[in-house]
Formats: sequence, structure tokens, C-alpha cells
Amino acid sequence: MTHAAVAAPGTRFKKLLRRKDDRGGAPKLSPLWTFVAWLATLAFFAPVAWMVLTSFHQEADAATNPPTPFAPLTFDQYELLFSRDITPFLLNSVMASVLSTLLVLALAVPAAYALSIKPVEKWTDVMFFFLSTKFLPAIAALLPVYLIVKDAGMLDNVWTLVVLYTAMNLPIAVWMMRSFLAEVPKEILEAAEVDGAGLLTVLWRVVAPVAMPGLAATSLICFIFSWNEFMFAVNLTATQASTAPVFLVGFITNEGLFLARLCAAATLVSLPVLIAGFAAQDKLVRGLSLGAVK
Amino acid sequence: MTTLTAPPKTAPPPVRTRKSSGTAAKWKRRIPLLPALIFTIVVTQLPFVATLIISTFQWNILKPGERHFVGLSNFSFVFTDERLRTAVLNTVVLTASVVIISVILGLGLAMLLDRRFAGRGLARTLLIAPFLVMPVAAALLWKHAIYNPDYGLLNGTLNAVYRLFGADNGPTVDWISSYPMPAVVVSLVWQWTPFMMLILLAGLQAQPGDVLEAARMDGASALQTFRHITLPHLRQYIELGVLLGTIYVVQTFDAVFTITQGGPGSQTTNLPYEIYLTMFRKYEYGEAAAAGVVVVLGAFVIATFALRTIASLFREEVSR
Repeated sequence: MTHAAVAAPGTRFKKLLRRKDDRGGAPKLSPLWTFVAWLATLAFFAPVAWMVLTSFHQEADAATNPPTPFAPLTFDQYELLFSRDITPFLLNSVMASVLSTLLVLALAVPAAYALSIKPVEKWTDVMFFFLSTKFLPAIAALLPVYLIVKDAGMLDNVWTLVVLYTAMNLPIAVWMMRSFLAEVPKEILEAAEVDGAGLLTVLWRVVAPVAMPGLAATSLICFIFSWNEFMFAVNLTATQASTAPVFLVGFITNEGLFLARLCAAATLVSLPVLIAGFAAQDKLVRGLSLGAVK
Repeated sequence: MTTLTAPPKTAPPPVRTRKSSGTAAKWKRRIPLLPALIFTIVVTQLPFVATLIISTFQWNILKPGERHFVGLSNFSFVFTDERLRTAVLNTVVLTASVVIISVILGLGLAMLLDRRFAGRGLARTLLIAPFLVMPVAAALLWKHAIYNPDYGLLNGTLNAVYRLFGADNGPTVDWISSYPMPAVVVSLVWQWTPFMMLILLAGLQAQPGDVLEAARMDGASALQTFRHITLPHLRQYIELGVLLGTIYVVQTFDAVFTITQGGPGSQTTNLPYEIYLTMFRKYEYGEAAAAGVVVVLGAFVIATFALRTIASLFREEVSR
């Protein structure tokens, strides 16, 4: 029994349409416009390429004028980074983003269930309440959060970041997960209930297969946002709990400028998100638009 | 026809209101929602209540014992303070330029990527890279590796080009001090264009192909097709991009903190950075809280528009 077989006619029609829109039949670009497209692409990618290239250069070759892109390559900068203790910062980042992502999912998945599959009354109002918290500028919360965290003795503690990142990402996750769970075919749910299938069976056999890709996409988006977060991290941590972005700004002010090493650090801390983002390109839009655009 | 996520059902199912089991059934439905709801209220709403309370106090951490209730005087300070007015203006300029420029560039790129060409998949992958670079890393990259007057990529390339044409040396431009605001804007446009491109590309690919074909058959020019079919269809995607972009860019802290520290003077100090300075450099907690309240009110205005747009997209989706 597949979903397609029982999916609502509307869904099937949309699938057809979409297949048509993945069109191999899309009009081709003329050579001139192809050239323009590639020129623009390379212009946008150039800073990233320059960052990665410089990270494999010696300091002396990195800071030359005019630039010397063909200088010999080396892993020295990366070795230096690890000998300069970037590791604890990376571990803090991993902890803060992974734990907060897990916590977000633990809270968002049941909530999304109660907003789509078995909706509470006025569920749209609840959705918009979650969304409205995303519009509150984080900076306006910084002072009270700082004071509360200080009073509780939780400054410079990774768990503080975990809680804040969870609050930051929860609305996004609720919206995304709801949009995925809404695709669970109602007919199958009802049929399963009529047949007397237990809640767990329904969740496992009907909901999970549809929700899994959504779960992956949602965790990815939450991971990216927490991994990159800077404002709370720089203001609420000092030495013990500082994350990767804090390391980046810190080692500039402490040691003067080392361009090649800076590029190595920038490349290293961006790598997890670059890999995750490339791997999940197709899901990225849906996450960034809170599930509104597929 | 859009690809907004559409649940197959038409409307929320009628809530069963059998008297005896009604309340219990309602609560059974509510239980999975409660943890998330309570967490969100505690962590996001309570701090704002605290901000409101603090904003009515004279409170400087450097002058202990002088903390006292002053009513609304922090607000009259906030509304008359020269620095804050500059910060508001800078925030508007920064946000508007970044959002508008990246929507235009994103639209151009999306239209190119909507067509077939050699290496389209690779081009798309390379184009989203700027959005995935950690914002702090991107800001440091622009500041040191690109804008630096002595060995940055910009001046270095200028120099190389000048030498290529036989001149001695290129001009040495100190990009950040000469053009502080454009320097910040460019680095942010670089990061946000891929975001706009992704949303608009999704919009373009959701265009029903047969309408475009029909237009072509009827002899519509490319420009006519774009103006009368593509653009109206894209409108809601553009709105979505603008609104989401605005929410994020208004809050820009990383780029200002890293590239200019709000300077020179306060030429690039936006509201988040100004509040940060008031809090952690001047230690004027009362003033910072009042400025925070003002920012929240400003965000409320944007949010009203944004929520209205999202609500209309959402209703369309749910009613389908």
C-alpha cells in the first residue's frame, strides 16, 4: 500500500505538475547568457574560493600585494589552529547546536502533531503565536537574559546557550514540522483508526515515513542557525563555554593579524554548515521560508 | 499555481463537542502542544516583561545604590538622543539597501538558473555557498582578506591590473574608512543574495509551464511574458523574501561588530549595536532597556505586515 495510491487527487495533480516543472524542457540559455550566469556565479563564489585558497598558504604568501594565488600550498595553518586550542571551542559549538537541535525536535514534533494531525481548536492562532516570537529582536532580550543568567550563576555555561538556541529555533521547527506533517494522508490515518490500530502503530507506520525527511530538514536548519549564532555567544560566555564564532573574533584581537590562519579558522568553522547545506540543498528553501515554499 | 505546502484536507476538522467527553478530549489534544508552548512563553515572553520593568529605572551598574524608579524618563532620553536617532536611521538604510539589492540580484540569478545551461547544478551549489559561510567568518573575511588596504584582494587586484597596463602601482583605497556603510552593505548583500535567489527560484519553478508555452505560442515577447505572467506570479515570493530578509537583516549584529565596530564615529552603528554599546560599554541598563522596548515596537510594525502576508499565504494553503 503506497501513499500515492490513496493520496488525494489534488496531491497527485500537484505531483504531476511538479514533475512537469522539473522540466527537462526548460528553455536553454544562449551562450552569451550562459557566460553571464557563470561570471556571476564565479563572482559570488570568489570570496569563498579565496578564503579556502589562502587557508592553505603560508602567512608570507597570504599577505602580498598583488595577490599570489599560485604560492605553494601547506597544511601548516590548520596544524597551528589545532595546536592553538580551537578544539574546545568546536566542542562547545557542537554541544550547543546538537543539544539544542535535539531539544527543539523533542518539543516541536509533538507540538506540530497537535497542530496538524490532531489539531487543537484555534490551531492557526497558536501557529502565529509561535511565529510572532521570531519577530522579537533578540537584542532586546539580551539585557534581561544577561541579568537572569548572571543571577542564576549560569554565565559562561553551554546549557545557557542550549536553552536560548532552542527558543530561537523552536518557532521555525514548529512551522516546518507542521508543513511536513500536514502531508500525512488523512485517509490512511482514518482507515488505520477504524481498523483499531494503536497510536504507536499509526505513528510508526503512517506518520513516520512522511515525517522523516521533514525531521532531517528541520534539524539541519536548526543546526545551521545555532552553529552560526554569535550575539548571545559572545555576550554570555567568557572562557569555558565559548563557541567557534567567539574563537574567530577572539584570536584576531589577541594575536594581531594572521591572514592565512584566519582563513583556515574561517574555513574550518564554516565547513560543517557548508557540507550540511550542500547535502540538503533541496530542503534549504523550505526550511528558510518556514515551510511556506517547497 | 504555487507549491505552497498544501494539506490534502480542506479545513480543520470540526471539533467534536459531545458534552461528556468534550473537555477531556480537548485536553488530550492539547497535551502534546503544551511543553513547546510553555517553553516559548517562559523563555521569550518573560524577558520582555523584564525589559519593560527595567526600562522605567535609572540603573547604571557603575553607580551602585543609585538604582531607582524614574517612570518614562528613559524613553524621553531615547527619543531625543542624537546617537539613537542616528542608529535608527542607519538601521533603516542598512536594512533597506541590503534587502532591495539582494532581491534584485537574487531575481536576476534565479532567472538565469531557471534555464538550462552547462553546469547549472554546479553553479547553483557554488551560488549558495556565501549564505552558508558562518556570518562572523564572512565578516572577518571581507574585513581582512578583501577590504584591507595593504594586502586585501580588492586593492591587490587593482594593483595587479594597473601593473598589467604598465602603471607603477594601483591606488591604495582604505575601503572601510572611506566607504563604511557600503562596505557593510556589500558584505551582507553577498550573504543574502543566495537566500533570495533560492526563494525566487522556487517561485519560478512553480510556474505552470503550459501558461508560459501558451504565451509563447501567442507571440508574446520575452519581456511581455516576464512583466505580465512571471512577475505577478512571483509577487508573493518576492514579498516573502523581502519580509524574511528584513526580519533577519534588521537584527544584524555580527557584521557591524566585526567590520566597523559601528564606526567611523557612529556612521554604521545600527540599533542592535547601539543597544549593545549602551549595555556593555556605558552600562546604562535603564536606557538600554528603553531602547530595546522601542526596537520591539518597531519590529511590531514590520511584523504586522509580515504576519499579514504569511497569513494570507497560509490561508490559501490551508483552504486548498
